[in-house]
Amino acid sequence: MSLFNLGDKAYLMLANGRIFEGYSFGAKGTAYGEVVFSTSMTGYEEALSDPSNYGQILTQTFPLIGNYGVNDEDYESSKLHASGYVVREWCSAPSNFRCQGDIDAFLKKHNVVGIHTIDTRALTRLIREEGAMNGVITTENVYEKKDELLKKVQEFRIENAIKAVTCEKAEKFEAENAQYDVVIYDLGCKNSFRDAFLKKGCNVTVVPAGTSADEVMALSPDGVVISNGAGNPEENAEVIAEIKKLSEKKVPMFALGLGHQMTALAAGGKTAKLKYGHRGANQPVLDVKYGNTYVTAQNTGYTIVNDSITADMGEITHRNANEGNCEGIRYKNFPCITVQFPPEFCGGPKVTAYIFEEFAELMKAYKEVK
Amino acid sequence: MPLRNDIKKVLVIGSGPIVIGQAAEFDYAGTQACRALKQEGLEVVLINSNPATIMTDKAMADKVYIEPLTLDVVKKIIEIEKPDSVLSTLGGQTGLTLSMQLAKEGFLDKHGVKLLGADPETIDKAEDRQSFKDAMEKIGEPCIPSKVVETLEDAVDFANNEIGYPVIVRPAFTLGGTGGGIAYDEAELRDIATNGLRLSPITQVLIEKCISGWKEIEFEVIRDRKGNAITVCSMENFDPVGVHTGDSIVVAPAVTLTDKEYSMLRNAALNIVNELKVEGGCNCQFALNPKSFEYAVIEVNPRVSRSSALASKATGYPIAKVASKIAIGYTLDEIVNAVTGNTYACFEPSVDYLVVKFPKWAFDKFVYAKRTLGTQMMATGEVMSIGTSFEHAIMKAVRSIELGLDTMNLKKLKDLPDEEIRSRLYNVDDERAFVVFEALKRGISVEEINDITKIDCWFISKLKNLVDLEAWLADGELTEEKYDIAKRYGYLDSTIERISGKKCPKHKSAVFKMVDTCAGEFKAETPYFYSTFDEENEAKEFLEKKNTGKKKIIVFGSGPIRIGQGIEFDYCSVHCVWALKEMGYEAVICNNNPETVSTDFDTGDRLYFDPLTKEDVASILETEKPDGVVVQFGGQTAIKLTRHLADLGANILGTSPDSIDAAEDRERFDELLNKCGIPRPAGHTVMNEEEALKAAQELGYPVLMRPSYVLGGQNMIIAHSDQDIVEYMEIISRGGLENPVLIDKYMMGKEVEVDAICDGTDYLIPGIMEHVERAGIHSGDSISVYPAMTLTKKIRETIIEYTKRLALELKVIGLVNIQYVVYDNEVYVIEVNPRSSRTVPYISKVTGVPMVDIATKIMFGETLKQQGYESGLYKEADYIAVKVPVFSFAKLHDVDTALGPEMKSTGETLGIAKTFEDAVYKGLIGAGYDLKTKKGGGVLITVRDTDKQEILYVAEKFERLGFTIYATSGTASILNKNMIAANVVRRVSEAEPNVMTLLDEGKIDYVISTSSKGRLPALDSVKIRRKTVERSICCLTAIDTANAVADILAMGKDIDDIDMIDVTKI
Repeated sequence: MSLFNLGDKAYLMLANGRIFEGYSFGAKGTAYGEVVFSTSMTGYEEALSDPSNYGQILTQTFPLIGNYGVNDEDYESSKLHASGYVVREWCSAPSNFRCQGDIDAFLKKHNVVGIHTIDTRALTRLIREEGAMNGVITTENVYEKKDELLKKVQEFRIENAIKAVTCEKAEKFEAENAQYDVVIYDLGCKNSFRDAFLKKGCNVTVVPAGTSADEVMALSPDGVVISNGAGNPEENAEVIAEIKKLSEKKVPMFALGLGHQMTALAAGGKTAKLKYGHRGANQPVLDVKYGNTYVTAQNTGYTIVNDSITADMGEITHRNANEGNCEGIRYKNFPCITVQFPPEFCGGPKVTAYIFEEFAELMKAYKEVK
Repeated sequence: MPLRNDIKKVLVIGSGPIVIGQAAEFDYAGTQACRALKQEGLEVVLINSNPATIMTDKAMADKVYIEPLTLDVVKKIIEIEKPDSVLSTLGGQTGLTLSMQLAKEGFLDKHGVKLLGADPETIDKAEDRQSFKDAMEKIGEPCIPSKVVETLEDAVDFANNEIGYPVIVRPAFTLGGTGGGIAYDEAELRDIATNGLRLSPITQVLIEKCISGWKEIEFEVIRDRKGNAITVCSMENFDPVGVHTGDSIVVAPAVTLTDKEYSMLRNAALNIVNELKVEGGCNCQFALNPKSFEYAVIEVNPRVSRSSALASKATGYPIAKVASKIAIGYTLDEIVNAVTGNTYACFEPSVDYLVVKFPKWAFDKFVYAKRTLGTQMMATGEVMSIGTSFEHAIMKAVRSIELGLDTMNLKKLKDLPDEEIRSRLYNVDDERAFVVFEALKRGISVEEINDITKIDCWFISKLKNLVDLEAWLADGELTEEKYDIAKRYGYLDSTIERISGKKCPKHKSAVFKMVDTCAGEFKAETPYFYSTFDEENEAKEFLEKKNTGKKKIIVFGSGPIRIGQGIEFDYCSVHCVWALKEMGYEAVICNNNPETVSTDFDTGDRLYFDPLTKEDVASILETEKPDGVVVQFGGQTAIKLTRHLADLGANILGTSPDSIDAAEDRERFDELLNKCGIPRPAGHTVMNEEEALKAAQELGYPVLMRPSYVLGGQNMIIAHSDQDIVEYMEIISRGGLENPVLIDKYMMGKEVEVDAICDGTDYLIPGIMEHVERAGIHSGDSISVYPAMTLTKKIRETIIEYTKRLALELKVIGLVNIQYVVYDNEVYVIEVNPRSSRTVPYISKVTGVPMVDIATKIMFGETLKQQGYESGLYKEADYIAVKVPVFSFAKLHDVDTALGPEMKSTGETLGIAKTFEDAVYKGLIGAGYDLKTKKGGGVLITVRDTDKQEILYVAEKFERLGFTIYATSGTASILNKNMIAANVVRRVSEAEPNVMTLLDEGKIDYVISTSSKGRLPALDSVKIRRKTVERSICCLTAIDTANAVADILAMGKDIDDIDMIDVTKI
């Protein structure tokens, strides 16, 4: 953006009627969504394309977005899932050797409505105090149609999120020197998560969330992975039922993010909505067993209710170091490890790589019996 | 597990005098460390030779030794105090090196002392070139590929087949890298390497992959003994690899890295600290190829550093405090994040602003210094600014740096032709950012500038935005929209009006946002703010919510550390804040220096991290609505704000603006002196060379010259001849002479300095200081002795009387510093500064008179009497204290080391002892003098004609000590005539072996050089003095200093003969 030619006006209106005036970037139009914020200072391209952000108007707390442009390699999925994008300032002269375009064109291409030059810190503090709430970004004059827009904002729900983000049909990815065959149950799987398994020597078959437990087992996997994903975990009774069935097959399971939450639901646990979610690259997680604390990247609006995980069900292996919420479980009655955070994000810290190793051990044992 | 139970008493080693590369950041780190340790109930013993620091305050430790930081002294203190542990990682390289020596010699083991913070193995792995390379190789972290070769063919083979071009050729053991260079292809390599091999005395060159032009990225990491590790902050240098990070503009967080690159380097940083098993803070520097994912580890510092101070202030994460807690056994998940109060230290800060650090150099002072930046740091200090964009932050930084700028436009570049600007882009110097800005104005493209400078296009484009914005402002009507946008990007109203040539259509004040470590994710309690142009004012909300009903007082800090305005002023500001808090006021700090204790968010009740200009402080006043403001502790930076603050209607506590003006305005000052019946050296005010020559001839040489309006550099000289006047007037009128030049008769008398406190009725002089060197050497560069040793009773009484008259007549409320010269038994006033001074910290510590506290209380009406002090000179302390200046000449090329009226020292040490001689001895040892008399040592003497009589006396002392005397022909002839055997040495310009050869041969221990015909690097005398810097030979440029050194040598003392003094007992 040019410092002195900020573009056309755009507005962000929240469900509580608060209006932020800014300027348009990305696609023109009107977009509804749940307004959330992410404190990550890098990785905007990944965030926009992360299926977990389906239906959300994503706010970046870091004020300068688009500095290194966008490229074809860092997508987390084939399209953008956030419904709207809120930044303080976007960069029209990005600089990076892999840069293939700027964020404005990128949003236009993927038809995501954005707004810039608003006080993102004020917005963040509001969400922090009042909780994540719905909102609308529009390039139309918000004052003229305030009531109409507000009604729609209040009615907005993120529904059928998994259906919207899961793959259409099963697809197989071959690893070099594969040791295991893994099926990923796609609730909105990030490419980086899938690729992590490939790098670990697992052939991966990604299957749509509608796939039944029997169909999964028919692929004869050494392990089943329930991916991260979008929306409220509780709203997916059918998928939860299939996860429950899978658990009964005693096939080694691993789950991440939404998968972690839905596995808990399948096992009889409960989930709850967080006031404003955990979105950022600096969530500290305590490893209960080893006593270490790790900094993890998270992107969730929900959490597992601590008390709902009883000792009979399994042990809580990880907790959020700030709030104490359950962020990792090792189940007792079936071979399953779940965590809230990607153990290796985007080639990220290797410190939590041991979680993969534990899963691999489960698969190894299973394979031997199998 | 929390605190280790085998730790009860900890020795903390400080970093010693301020030198370039090791400055106030270690006072900040050390102070945090001491406080953290004391909070845990540990007994803290502190040693630091620097008296200007806050860490050497009584309140900071149980025992405080202001003693030389040498191995012998530290051992002695360990023997006296018997601590069970030593904390090694918070006193810079000095503290670390001493700790390692103690450990390696087995001294610590022998005395049952544990080393906290880092074990010797970690340090070795980080500091030893080969061990470091091996350690990095083991964990697969790339270093800059290099190979030592002894033949041309090996060199070519390595370049062709392993690393590719360009390569750097570094010949072994040649001075200053002679014979090296960058080769872009094989032909060039053959050329350079052949030459390099020939020049290397051992026929050896290092062939290194050339990575100049790569991005320089830093990570600040903290790790605990359990292996929890986090990165506190990433930083990106504006200047690519090749410029020391201390000399580069730096932004935090890194901005041009994709998540993949960021994660890759973050990972590497974590790998490194895990491999090195760092327990505490660590700085990791990387070079990143801007065209690929290739990177290399440049350097790792397993201790807190300047960068960690910056990272702490940039994020709000207190690295030194956390590192201290880790050192005594805590782990990251046990330490609460003091900022949010409800999260833990084991998390990575996220920021929602951009931080810019801008270095402060001394080139405005050292006009002949070589300004080229390289791998050796040259900046004396820095400022930090926080903004919502790069443009916003750099605009704030540039007006904080005190170069008289409020935009990136540098006046002297304005009239240069385009081609000159283009060619100056190739110069890597302190002005490069301004040259880039000017180049953009001339229409040189972002790409071309990037091609020449390798500065990332991101930064250049941001500067281009400012260029475009300024053009837009200048074009047509100044609309409200234009005004709003200019404000958002950091322009002051006055700047907008100047650029647009129009009145601002309205005025908008800044609001304040909080620095909270978490980008707003959690509710924070930190009262740490920076200004923006948004709607919400978090500072205002904070004030409303936390209304304590207490009165609010703002203390203005002293800005960047520079020669002449150093850490002493931070000491004073912090003490004022503490006094205010104790008195039940809310103390608010405004400052912009990230290295200091004052900008620690829990020093004051609130911290505003912003530039100290009229408009910036106006916004702060508007939000805070303070009951009073304090300017007298923040040096000239704060004093300069006085008039503006008065205009804004602020209640200026202490000495009134009118009195401050009376001391600063030449005419009013003369009037005041007349009224008080106090003489001052005769002088004139001149505007051009002709007038200057006339005035000087009338006064008679030598004369003292200085600009009447001091900005940045002092630029003061003693002129001995017409020629000096011509040279000086040329230098000072380069930028156009706007203010007159003052010419005073120079009186080479005894210089005496007094710091006094006055409540309007009574006055207190805690102590009178006398300088070893006679007037003509800046008080900051003189060896200063408390109490004055050689004054007659009459002179002493005159000084007390004059001080009283001046303080009362000027209506000083608080501190005043007065400098006198005693010449022919007459006392003259040279200077009166109605504010705190450089000497306040040390006089406070030695006399036990808490000067800043008393002055602060006086500002609120509590008289000296009420505080229990009588008028007059305070009783003399039982100790003699000698302040010795410390210089950073090795870091500054082409700077003449001769002392004069312009200050050159960067820091100081203190010697405290029962006798004068012992105190001087300690002071000199602390300042790095090697006072061991060597049989058969040599002294080279080369002095100007006027000194030739006096030198006899000194030369004789050296001769009696057994030194061989060498001298240049003029000096030698006078020595020999007076029966002092001196060997004649050929001049620099004469054939070898000459004086330079002699210095190179290592036969000389001391050089006494006073020849002063100017400061041009081409002069013989300057060349000799520079040679002594290169060769680390002690060079004395005042007869008085040489005389003092000779006396101390004659005592033949050893540090073992002298008692160590715990200053908390004073």
